Amino acid sequence: MYDGGKIIFGLIIFIALVTLPFTLGIGKEYIKANPKIDTPEIMKLPEAERKCVESKDFMRKEHMKMLIEWRDAVVRDGKTLYVNSQGKTFNMSLQNTCMQCHSNKSKFCDECHNYVKVKPYCWDCHLEPKENIKKEAGL
Amino acid sequence: MGIGLALISVLGLILFAYVGTTIGLNALFGVVFPYAAFIIFVIGFIYRVVKWGKSPVPFRIPTTAGQHYSSLWFKQNKIDNPSTAWGVALRMFFEIFTFRSLFRNTKAEILQGRLYVGSSKWLWLGALAFHYSFLIIFIRHLRFFTPETPWVISIAESLDSFLQVHILGSPLLYITNISIAVALLYLLGRRILDPKIKYISLPSDYFPLFLILGIISTGVLMRYFFKVDVTAIKELTLGLVYFKPVVPEGVGSLFYIHLFLVSILFAYFPFSKLMHMGGVFLSPTRNLANNNRMERHINPWDYPVKHRHYEEYEDEFREKMKKAGIPVEKE
Ligand code: HEC
Ligand code: HEC
Ligand code: HEC
Repeated sequence: MYDGGKIIFGLIIFIALVTLPFTLGIGKEYIKANPKIDTPEIMKLPEAERKCVESKDFMRKEHMKMLIEWRDAVVRDGKTLYVNSQGKTFNMSLQNTCMQCHSNKSKFCDECHNYVKVKPYCWDCHLEPKENIKKEAGL
Repeated sequence: MGIGLALISVLGLILFAYVGTTIGLNALFGVVFPYAAFIIFVIGFIYRVVKWGKSPVPFRIPTTAGQHYSSLWFKQNKIDNPSTAWGVALRMFFEIFTFRSLFRNTKAEILQGRLYVGSSKWLWLGALAFHYSFLIIFIRHLRFFTPETPWVISIAESLDSFLQVHILGSPLLYITNISIAVALLYLLGRRILDPKIKYISLPSDYFPLFLILGIISTGVLMRYFFKVDVTAIKELTLGLVYFKPVVPEGVGSLFYIHLFLVSILFAYFPFSKLMHMGGVFLSPTRNLANNNRMERHINPWDYPVKHRHYEEYEDEFREKMKKAGIPVEKE
């Protein structure tokens, strides 16, 4: 007995499964995340001052860690000021610091997060910047 | 002995990827090796399965635990010794999803001069924890290879991180990161600490363990300690899937070591014991119903056998037999 038919059927399923990432992408465009930094708050700054809390490279890699460290510092240790590597001070706050500059959450934070499929749970409690609230309320 | 060889091989691979990417061969490690590994994996896998498929199975192999189908007053064990396709399907299901054979694992030990044999579930538990953690981690990683993530992946992700624990300001802790490390260290520890298992362990037993340990360590390091630019990494992985390879800036050696070890795992897979992933589906003692006495199974290597009846033999040698005084049937 050989059961060739069943084995070939199994192999076809195997191939279909392992090539799924390739086949799922057919007809969809290759995309890149393109976070926009053209918010009023940032545009107000002079060209040379348009910088984040830390360097762009650092922010891309570490912002999630930084946010948690900020939260712990504020909520647990009662410290509210963050001094960055350039000696500039920032108020350690998600809504009042990050989202003040990056008030375009849907075109900035979400742009990347949808791309890599993370859904930070912060917005269960923290308020999103107004843009979304307006949209949801139909204003 | 085996353990040293395996450890050195894995450390060598890590060093190779580290040196390779520090001298700027990122495209080799980010594009060429992953593609090569994937092709070797798929072709090698099919080759192995087809090769197995070519070996004939003359009849059903009923060496399974449990009462087979017999007279009415014997209660058949329908899962362990099935005689129908449904029974086989159930047996395969439990084998694949709950490692039923491993559940019967026993352990022999000499205690106070006497030999004891007892049930040992630790191996089963460790294997179960390892394989399911690996599966969830594997599914989670598909988010890097799909432009729009199917819901299965997001569910795996949110279940895995539902504890919502941040350790040392790290992103959400995945439960599987802990469970796979514990399970893997157990599986490795049992080979090292139990002299009987150590004695029968070969480099090919240790190598996959160290390799996967390397993959896990680099992954954990990237997630919790030395953060990497995940957005850029997704540009690379999505590029692979779209056949538009890109090598983004700002992705460090740590990621390439991770990817290289995964590539090695894929390429090594079809030629190693890891092929039990395909093999479990083709185990004759698991996937064949025990119906030897109900159905005729024709042995595939049967050929028309030349045979000779005694009459013909006697016809040929009758005179000689008579001379030698041997009794004959026909005069
Ligand atoms: C003073 C205004 C300001 C504040 C406050 C600020 N950012 Fe930024 N952020 C910027 C600017 C400007 C850039 C673009 C930097 C560049 O291109 O060099 C940026 C870039 C980034 C990037 C990288 C985006 C990319 O294109 O790769 C991330 C991530 C980021 N910010 C997150 C945060 C988070 C999280 C916080 C709060 C901890 C924060 N930012 C606070 C102004 C700000
Ligand atoms: C350059 C792209 C990018 C931008 C812009 C960006 N993020 Fe992120 N964010 C990421 C990536 C990548 C991750 C981690 C993904 C991972 O670990 O798989 C992440 C993770 C996080 C997490 C942790 C989520 C978790 O479940 O662990 C938080 C919180 C977060 N980002 C907040 C923000 C906020 C707030 C903003 C806007 C001010 C922002 N991010 C902008 C790319 C970005
Ligand atoms: C369960 C609700 C809840 C969730 C979810 C939550 N926070 Fe908070 N967060 C709070 C509360 C309450 C405070 C304290 C506010 C205060 O003391 O003014 C706070 C404070 C903070 C602060 C410091 C103060 C400030 O004004 O921002 C930071 C930073 C912060 N959270 C970040 C985060 C991040 C990042 C996430 C997502 C990973 C998150 N939080 C998720 C409830 C929440």
